[in-house]
Amino acid sequence: MRLNPAFWFIAPALALLAMFVFLPVAAALGLSFTDFDIYALADIRRLRFVGLDNYRRLFGDAEFWMALRNTLYFVAVGGPLSVLVSLAAALLVNHRLTPFKGLFRSLLFLPVVTTLVAVAVVWRYLYQPRNGVLNYLLGGFGIGPVDWLGDPDWAMPAIILMAVWKNFGFNMIVFVAGLQSIPESLYEAASIDGAGARQQFFHITLPLLAPTFLFVAVITMIGHFQLFAEPYVMTQGGPSGSTLSIALLMYQQGFRWWNLGYASAIAFVLFGLVLSLTVLAAGLRKLRVAAEEEPEGRSLPKP
Amino acid sequence: MSRTRSLCPRSILLACALILSGCQPEEEAEVVEFWAFGSEGEVAHELAGEFERLNPEIRVEVQQIPWSAAHEKLLTAYAGGNLPDVFQLGNTWIAEFAALRALEDVAARFENTGRKGDYFEGPLDVAVVDERMLAVPWYVDTRILFYRRDLLEAAGIASPPRSWEGWFEAMIRVRERHGDFGLFLPIDAWEVPVIFALQQGAALLKDGNRYGDFLHPDFRAAFDFYLRGFREKLTPAEASGQMANLYREFGRGYFAALITGPWNLGEFRRRLPDVDAAWDTAPLPSFDGSYPGISLAGGASLALAAGSTRKEAAWKLIEFLTAPPQQIRLYRLTGDLPPGRTAWSDPVLAGDHKAQSFRRQMDRLLPPPKIPEWERIASRIAAYAEKAARGEMAPSAALEALNDEVDRILEKRRWLLERGR
Repeated sequence: MRLNPAFWFIAPALALLAMFVFLPVAAALGLSFTDFDIYALADIRRLRFVGLDNYRRLFGDAEFWMALRNTLYFVAVGGPLSVLVSLAAALLVNHRLTPFKGLFRSLLFLPVVTTLVAVAVVWRYLYQPRNGVLNYLLGGFGIGPVDWLGDPDWAMPAIILMAVWKNFGFNMIVFVAGLQSIPESLYEAASIDGAGARQQFFHITLPLLAPTFLFVAVITMIGHFQLFAEPYVMTQGGPSGSTLSIALLMYQQGFRWWNLGYASAIAFVLFGLVLSLTVLAAGLRKLRVAAEEEPEGRSLPKP
Repeated sequence: MSRTRSLCPRSILLACALILSGCQPEEEAEVVEFWAFGSEGEVAHELAGEFERLNPEIRVEVQQIPWSAAHEKLLTAYAGGNLPDVFQLGNTWIAEFAALRALEDVAARFENTGRKGDYFEGPLDVAVVDERMLAVPWYVDTRILFYRRDLLEAAGIASPPRSWEGWFEAMIRVRERHGDFGLFLPIDAWEVPVIFALQQGAALLKDGNRYGDFLHPDFRAAFDFYLRGFREKLTPAEASGQMANLYREFGRGYFAALITGPWNLGEFRRRLPDVDAAWDTAPLPSFDGSYPGISLAGGASLALAAGSTRKEAAWKLIEFLTAPPQQIRLYRLTGDLPPGRTAWSDPVLAGDHKAQSFRRQMDRLLPPPKIPEWERIASRIAAYAEKAARGEMAPSAALEALNDEVDRILEKRRWLLERGR
């Protein structure tokens, strides 16, 4: 049998992938069924095969539930907020009346390419309860000082605010690309038919942006589930664990305490969570597309 | 263990000089690898340079690693079989590396130096795990009180109280007088609750460190005392990372005292020149009338890798670095406190009134439990102490949850002990 020549072109890349992605992932899956820890590192005879014990322990671990709750909070509030802000920014920088479009796009994209650690240090100053700029401004409106990173109720909103500011630029660029692919003629036709700006937005812009929207939503969701660097730099998961995310918990278990078995189990639970939600999102999209196409009778005949 | 110190221009010059001098090839010299962390790493070249002058047949290869990465770096080096011959080891990590069987027992070699009697008992005890001496103390890091004498005097307190009860009264008076806080205890740190517990005589763990002992009345009493400061609003409910500028707040009198370590002697002097006469140090007070009260034996030691192939040369380096003259040198270069008595009688230290409080504290030091799981347990103590201090959990519920969790953490240890591994 002769292999397709294309195989030899992609073989080096595949070999690298297998070596540095699939193999480690398989090894991690194996690890998650053991209690690999610092003792086992010294002497492999101290390793126990524990089956699903790590997963079982995980579901009884209050810290894990707290991390899951915090992560879901971040995804559910931060995700939509990030998408909406980036859509609004995209509409603004794409509007025909906006001057210096290129400049604004670059400026709004700037936070995305800035080093997070540097950004976090600056934001920590902004959030400082006694001398921070944010509380000074709020004071101008007669609002009392908020202990942004020190109050368990405010720490996550503070992280979300910073994360949205840091990341919306990327989605904005994707939305701008989506907006520019909408033919101008549709807007012209609509305005001749007497549609106002609002109607144009809801009946032309939004429906034609749907594929972009789905892409942005899924990418944002996946990214938000992996929340790590922001709390790692700004709060270390505190105060009282209110910003502990699943990825941060995994890091602590794996690299601080060297419980690689338990950390691997956390990684696979996170993977399963993200995978199922992504499949769900893709499934919803398919359902909708199918529902739209049905009336026109273009769907394939059922077997 | 993390500290921020700016790199002084002198050490940069020194580094340049060393790079240049490194250009001369030294053949036939035996090479000893040496890893040091943080500010000790910055001066390790200088210390090793003198060792090389005295021992021309040995060359020392120094690697400097930041404290924040040190633990991971050592563990990965161990996993990869790349541990250096000599390395600095945070004292709370000794038990962990003992479990890894990565450390050489240096008891016999240490005995031969005849310096054993010179060391304070606390720091020396830290390096002994399961009756084997696995490292040599390099410097001591312990916690004592730093306080504003002027603020206490203004509140009518002439000298720092010697009991915690007295401190609480003093704090209440400071607050009445000033409106600000008496004492700053970081809400997310384990050191202070553990110090209180050791002072109350709590063992922390029981049955040969197989189970948590956090429901013991002694620990409960210590825990309750720790929470009292937050309950009565004598101490601000703030984490250490949140206190954006600890030095400025101390200078401003936002709080009148804090419990901290020796590195702040230099930091306070440098950053608070205006109030230098106004602040002072004191050993820790106690609950039982003894003075000073117990504090933690922290710091770092020098370890000899079990897998080293140049143990004789490596030991020579350790012996040199831990000798009294080098202890004094290390103090001058970094402010790290010597673990031996001889070094403390040197005029630099003997004449330093603020450092002498540490000298007095040296006589009452205890190490935390010496098991590999300790750091993890400590982080859980900090987590539950914070929850209780913030009022998210009732103190008794927090202690029960803590005890359960520690029992779970120690499960593997029990399994190993049962099988004698």
